[in-house]
Amino acid sequence: MKSASPYRRTLAITAFAAAALVTAGACSSSGGSKAGGSSGSGSASSGSGPLSASAPGITATTITIGSHQPLTGPAAPGYSEIAPASNAYFKYVNAHGGVYGRQIVYKYLDDGYNPTTTSQVVHQLVLQNGVYALFDGLGTPTHLAVLSFLNAQKVPDVFVASGCDCWDAPSTAPYTFGWQLDYIREGKILGQYVAQHFKGKKIGYFYQDDEFGMDGVKGLDYEIPKSMVVGRESYTPTNVNIAPQVAALRASGAQVVVSFTIPAFTALLKLNGLKLSYSPQLVVSNVGSDPITLAGLVQTFAKQGGATVNGNQLINGIITDGYLPSTGNTANSWIALFKKVHDTYDASAPFDGNVLYGEAVAYTFVEAMLKAGRNPSRADLVSAIQAGLPQGPAVAPYAYSSSSHFGITGTYMGVINNGVLTEEGSALTTDTTPTGAISAYSGAQQQAPASGIPSP
Amino acid sequence: MKEHPLLRTLIGVGITAVIVVFLSVRLNAFRDYQIAEIATYVTAVAGLTVLTGLSGQISLGHGAFMAIGAYTTALLLLHLGWPFIAALLISGLLTAATGAVVGIAAARLRGPYLAGATLMLGVALPSIAYAYQGTFGGDQGLNVVFTAPGFLGASFPLTRWQAWIATATALVTLTLLANLSRGRVGRNWRAVRDDEVAAALAGINVAATRVLAFVVSAACAGLAGSLLAIITALVAPGAYTITLSITLLTAAVIGGLGTLPGAIWGALVIVLVQTYITDVATSHGLSATVGANIPIAAYGLILILVMLAFPQGIQGAVRRLIALFVPQKENIPHEEPTVRKKAHDEVSQPL
Repeated sequence: MKSASPYRRTLAITAFAAAALVTAGACSSSGGSKAGGSSGSGSASSGSGPLSASAPGITATTITIGSHQPLTGPAAPGYSEIAPASNAYFKYVNAHGGVYGRQIVYKYLDDGYNPTTTSQVVHQLVLQNGVYALFDGLGTPTHLAVLSFLNAQKVPDVFVASGCDCWDAPSTAPYTFGWQLDYIREGKILGQYVAQHFKGKKIGYFYQDDEFGMDGVKGLDYEIPKSMVVGRESYTPTNVNIAPQVAALRASGAQVVVSFTIPAFTALLKLNGLKLSYSPQLVVSNVGSDPITLAGLVQTFAKQGGATVNGNQLINGIITDGYLPSTGNTANSWIALFKKVHDTYDASAPFDGNVLYGEAVAYTFVEAMLKAGRNPSRADLVSAIQAGLPQGPAVAPYAYSSSSHFGITGTYMGVINNGVLTEEGSALTTDTTPTGAISAYSGAQQQAPASGIPSP
Repeated sequence: MKEHPLLRTLIGVGITAVIVVFLSVRLNAFRDYQIAEIATYVTAVAGLTVLTGLSGQISLGHGAFMAIGAYTTALLLLHLGWPFIAALLISGLLTAATGAVVGIAAARLRGPYLAGATLMLGVALPSIAYAYQGTFGGDQGLNVVFTAPGFLGASFPLTRWQAWIATATALVTLTLLANLSRGRVGRNWRAVRDDEVAAALAGINVAATRVLAFVVSAACAGLAGSLLAIITALVAPGAYTITLSITLLTAAVIGGLGTLPGAIWGALVIVLVQTYITDVATSHGLSATVGANIPIAAYGLILILVMLAFPQGIQGAVRRLIALFVPQKENIPHEEPTVRKKAHDEVSQPL
């Protein structure tokens, strides 16, 4: 470089910096220039009237929403089915008249479960694509990365796909809403079941070393007497060697292991136990217990280790919970509806818990949009959800109000039987406080509408 | 003019700064965000291209240096509430110090051994964040609160301010690196790169020269990490994996190893190609699962094509193009063959 004329090089640097930025500029002219700025609380007109572009992302004919999803990377198996399933339900709604005649355009981008990529794609969705709302952004660490950005931009951040209690912050994150049963409530309900059904047994915990696992353990500890718990082991999702933890649980003599794990680690827990001839009764969070995903993972992992196992046989008897009807419950009207939509628009995916989740959360979004009015501003969607939503496919009511942004408040207990989750007893509801009672939900379960689309 | 290369550099920097300010005001907020990202990567890749292209040392651990800069900034802003500019400088200095430690070890290693040692750094360092969750926030990382200064007005877009800050940092870095590499230090680097024995016989302290290259390069990565922290508003280990280290090296190679304009080309490729191809892939009705994998494939394809067609990177191609249209340099025609030979040498460096 020394021999090149400094003058030429300086020129070159300047020229390329300029060229670089011009290129950036050229790209922008092709993209939309809808900057998602202030939403303004424009009046929502109800009743009839012309459809207008009432908010960023809403035109007379479309509602554009966005999401960040792990389509590639470590969290992709299973979870990558969720967004296509949501989209399948939106296609169904679009084919049947849309939301007040508007078609839903769902743009979900891959973040590989990497929070920095989440930040990038969400900036793109909000600033470049001008989405009306962020819908079902998946993951606790990933979504935490964009929480303040979305709320600063006043973009509705609805139905985050994570049960962290971080989404319930109406004062600091007024635009963010949870949806699925939060891990504290789930921990309490699982904990009460364990305390009642395994009296006198030794209990061990196995949990993911982040908000997910620690919130779950918090709930468990509210219900299970400390004296019963003989071992507490955790794992980080990046390290698949959990043999030491499983050995420690075995050494502690735990007869029941309560597990707040993602599916891959539920499978590893089972297989590592098998290797040590250690088969405690497993009680697993809903997050890590979808039978189809789990059986597949157990078989895949065993194969990698050179063994052949029957996945369904191995996961038989795992106790878990469910806040949506079981996919095995074919008599349920919601399962029938979502199976029909799945078969038409998303047939390549298995009809498992992830697909059910994706469709159910999409149904809830359509409910909320219908309540937000014909020409909603962004604030109107927030107000509509805070006014409460009908229960829909969930087995217990939502907590939505102006003071709570939690979603589903209860779950039923169940057991995995021949690859299907069998529901046991009625739904239980509770709150997130240490002393809040756990009570059977007495309200009637709703039936799916015949049209398959919620009524406004 | 010819006697004042620094003055000319400064004029170039001034012009570029004006262009960036103009563009950032004209373009939408997402383009501002991309300008900030590009400038960040320019800063990191420029440092790496100097290390690998000029001093002949490879680093597969630059992502880790960026992580050090990013965590330093996050911790200083979070706990001490320092102004960003101070955090930026401290991040650069601290990373430089780490670079010195790594450089001392690296000065004894060659070729694949150096690659292995830096690879280890790149893989191992981010997992410290998992080991000390209380300090570094584990997997979820640390949230960084960064706002535009009050004097710009409440409605001033944050992304524009980020674009300005990042571009300013990138330009200052490029200026310093340009001066460094055209002076005695740069000559020493090239001498050591081309023949260590000859360099030592000429009185150059080979080890010190190599360590200095690591220090300078690490400082650039630290500055870039600091910028990335405020742009993404989050510092988490997931962002600083070995993939980032390799991405940086790829950018340096695609752009043209050892050339500062090449760093700009490389940064443009890694930021814009990804977004553009994702847009194309999803807008043409490909399923998102397929579409999500296309940018990765396209990226690999671009790398292969660039290496086959332009072994000297994009900057090498541009030089050839310029040479086609301007066959004779008006000032210094006798230097042209030297330039070609040098460009050839840079590429033939074993990695």
